[in-house]
Amino acid sequence: MNNGTTKSPAVSAKRVADAVPWNKHVHQRRNASDWVADILIWALIILIVLVVLYPLWFVVIASISDQHLVSNGSVTVWPKGLTFAGYVRVFQDSRIWTGYRNTIIYSVLGTILNLVVTLPAAFALARVEWKPRRVILFLFTFTMYFAGGLVPNYLLYKQLGLLDNWLVFILPGAVSVWNLIIARSFFETSIPEDLHDAAQIDGLNYFGYFMKIVIPLSSAIIAVIGLYYFVGHWNDYFTGLIYIRESGLQPLQNVLRDILLANQTNQLGTGSGGQNALQNQQIADQIKYGVIMVSTLPLLVIYPFLQKYFDKGVMIGAVKG
Amino acid sequence: MAVVDINGVVDNNQVRRSWPLFKRIIWHFKHYWQLWCMAIPAMVFIAVFAYIPMYGVQLAFREFVPALGLTGGKWVGFKYFKQFFSSPMFGSTMINTFKISLGTLVFGFIAPIILALLINQLGSQKVKGFVQTITYMPHFISTVVIVAMLNIFLTPQTGIIGRFFGSQSTLDEPNAIAPVYWLSEVWQHCGWNAIIYLAALSSVDVSLYEAARMDGAGRLQLIRYVDIPTIMPTCVILLIMNMGSVLNVGFEKVWLMQNAMNMPGSEVISTYTFKIGIQSFQFSYGTAIGLFNTVINFVFLIVANEISRRVSDTSIF
Repeated sequence: MNNGTTKSPAVSAKRVADAVPWNKHVHQRRNASDWVADILIWALIILIVLVVLYPLWFVVIASISDQHLVSNGSVTVWPKGLTFAGYVRVFQDSRIWTGYRNTIIYSVLGTILNLVVTLPAAFALARVEWKPRRVILFLFTFTMYFAGGLVPNYLLYKQLGLLDNWLVFILPGAVSVWNLIIARSFFETSIPEDLHDAAQIDGLNYFGYFMKIVIPLSSAIIAVIGLYYFVGHWNDYFTGLIYIRESGLQPLQNVLRDILLANQTNQLGTGSGGQNALQNQQIADQIKYGVIMVSTLPLLVIYPFLQKYFDKGVMIGAVKG
Repeated sequence: MAVVDINGVVDNNQVRRSWPLFKRIIWHFKHYWQLWCMAIPAMVFIAVFAYIPMYGVQLAFREFVPALGLTGGKWVGFKYFKQFFSSPMFGSTMINTFKISLGTLVFGFIAPIILALLINQLGSQKVKGFVQTITYMPHFISTVVIVAMLNIFLTPQTGIIGRFFGSQSTLDEPNAIAPVYWLSEVWQHCGWNAIIYLAALSSVDVSLYEAARMDGAGRLQLIRYVDIPTIMPTCVILLIMNMGSVLNVGFEKVWLMQNAMNMPGSEVISTYTFKIGIQSFQFSYGTAIGLFNTVINFVFLIVANEISRRVSDTSIF
């Protein structure tokens, strides 16, 4: 597999930013159309940021506002009628905690297995002197575009005893070819070949070179594909839907689906006698906002810390698609 | 191997080439057994979880016999494909699938390019970083939560969007499912998909800007004549790759968006495969529908790749 004409965007963003003509330290005369363009660009950017941010912000404020005020539209920018009733009910719900526990177990173990399997394979496939790599890589990449499909998968898992078995969350997705290609491209382009020569002279074999030199130099790519894998596990709804019947094994997303979309908020206390339908609906909504926050917050909190690695990871993956 | 000199190595390779096959194999494994050890776990996983199901697609051409598993049963040829083509669901699932996926392909392709071009125009790195951080964020939200948010926001009368759209929820409207799907996809993934174009834009040769400025180009002309040509190869590659999944409408999202009211507009091939193949145990029929889907995708990928290679000399294989 080769990809025609894309070149590695090796120039750092910083350098370009410094040299781009309209940056302020380069004094150049600006004409009227530049000002118009400026205003247009800023207006669009602000609009985009608002469109992306507002729904998320609304969930935050709605989760701690009086639902009566939310549903009649008076909650717009700041929370009103501050209440934490929704969160209290969410934290009382055992289903959510079971789901949470399961998801954490599946995500952590799954991501560890992902990295342990993917990184060495990516390293091996990045060694130019290893001739079989082309065939192996082709066989791997082919699976990205051609797959057996849902039913053969299902029957295979059934034969392997993976139905209603927690291993189904971990084993079948152990290798994502996409992540493997990203890691391979990183090893190929970002680890200088001189290091390998030096390691050989020092008597390191492939295992030693990989463990002692390559891995310590690859924290960026490990963070990126680790995060991809982790988010994949965390947000996985499909596996629980298709291969798991037992509710004790269901991960968070499947519990969320029951609460958020099938409206099964009952365990959370709606429908307890004497309340009218409107109130029930409002309590259910409050719970829904709380559930969205509780399930989504962990990922939104960790990701800005890893953001500096993203550009690199995505870029590498793209260059060597 | 104590040879450090480049010429020495080349000579050794040539010597080895004249060895008998089995001696060469022994040499290969003696030298590379460690690389094999590192690659084999991944190879085993791919073989079991990708190639065995691929081998199992022959079920589409056979009767399913539970005792015989994936490959048992009598050969029936194209019976199940004919059954699908002549079923009343064929037309509507195909139309729905194409509608949802083509819109996603078009909007999901254009929007990140525009966003990247816009972000690239921002002078300050801080503002750039801020806008990127904000626009990436929805990418990490799960499908379940996205669909739940759609549901809540589109609720008639009380939802922040739904209150402007009359008494019927937009999600209950079969014709509205596709646009809701496209827009929410763009909302969720636009920022993330823009990263790759931003990376490509950061490699623009600065002298090009300067030269264009000298020739009197304004900012919009710089975008038109410098930025867009720079990201063109990246755009083409991504377009080809997206073409390969033109019928791969995200199963999860459509499945979660489905309800009894919108079903005429929301039944797509993947959800239909699930209902036929898993929920109603018609394994062979379900496999056939799934295989049909895969083959169409593959054809699209190959065609897009060929066209692009002829037209722009860019291809993924």
